[in-house]
Amino acid sequence: MRTKRRNRVIFVSSLIASLSVAFTFIVLAMNENVDFYYTPSDLTGSKIINKDSLRIGGLVQEDSIKISNNSLETNFLVTDLENSIEVYYEGILPNLFKENSGVIARGFYDYSNGIFYAKEILAKHDENYIPKEVKKALVNDS
Amino acid sequence: MRQLFNQLISFPYFFKIAQISFPYLFLLSISVILLGVLWGVFFSPVDVTQGEVYRIIYLHVPAASVAQSIYYTMVIASVTYLIWRIKMASVFMISMAPLGAIFTFLALFTGAVWGQSTWGTWWVWDARLTSTLILLILYLAIISLFSSFDRRASTDQAVSIVVLIGGINLPIIKLSVEWWNTLHQSASITLSGSSIDNEMLIPLLISILGFYLYVTAIGMRRMQVEILKREISHNWVKRIF
Repeated sequence: MRTKRRNRVIFVSSLIASLSVAFTFIVLAMNENVDFYYTPSDLTGSKIINKDSLRIGGLVQEDSIKISNNSLETNFLVTDLENSIEVYYEGILPNLFKENSGVIARGFYDYSNGIFYAKEILAKHDENYIPKEVKKALVNDS
Repeated sequence: MRQLFNQLISFPYFFKIAQISFPYLFLLSISVILLGVLWGVFFSPVDVTQGEVYRIIYLHVPAASVAQSIYYTMVIASVTYLIWRIKMASVFMISMAPLGAIFTFLALFTGAVWGQSTWGTWWVWDARLTSTLILLILYLAIISLFSSFDRRASTDQAVSIVVLIGGINLPIIKLSVEWWNTLHQSASITLSGSSIDNEMLIPLLISILGFYLYVTAIGMRRMQVEILKREISHNWVKRIF
């Protein structure tokens, strides 16, 4: 009985040990390509990312949104507070799209002129939940 | 302590305790959920950026939390079964797996509704969403595995191993939003505090508590049913009915 249980303990511990090793390898392997989007610094860096379709994410830079008056064309800058990239998009923007708030654009990055041609724009919400009244009070204070 | 543990893993004793406590626990859980959700939906303030749709948090976060916690407890149960062959551990796993599946689905569904309005899409294959979908698939695999063997002992053994291996997914779900760039935001409630305003947070915490109570109550009930299935020919069952 004793040895039987000891064997089971050995079995379970070796299973857990190999799982931990597997976990480490999976995470290390995924680090390369599990990111949902690139940052502007990734694209402006020295390494060229040659993909027909990719996503960039960051904040919409303040005072950078230019919306055309008679079409759905929009230009704005996405920034990670170090580098920024100009994004061109033609289509309907999500409700939460605004300055200084998170955005993810899917499309094609043209290295020749440094413009990101977006096919889809998603708004990213951060982890902060603030009531309207509190926000008003905060703005009035500052 | 040891005596208490031995009593809890004995089928007749557990059955008796569950039989007595279920109605109270169930009613309590329903009232706490109603309190949290109704408070959150009707009385807490509107979020400044998301608007009214943020209120889905009062279902989404509790469901997602419960969905993961159930799997954590199932991992503990699987190790318990694999080493000590305690039958109660396998009763626990088979009883909780469907609850886990339901709440994972609820978390994914409410998340999709929220995402459509906030992000502008129902679904993306980012690390958090994908690992949660894998959790749902794991639950479904465990449920189907339970009904695919003839011999009880080999079923319990196989399921325990699958549950343990699937446990690898849990830290991935938890850390996905911190390690990688994801569309899903990182955690609002952490050990060091919360980035949700208190007026919104209190009903959320109540709702989370209610969901945990509900899962405990229903889980106990499901375990009773599973115990009856396994022990139907035993004398202690015959004495009760």
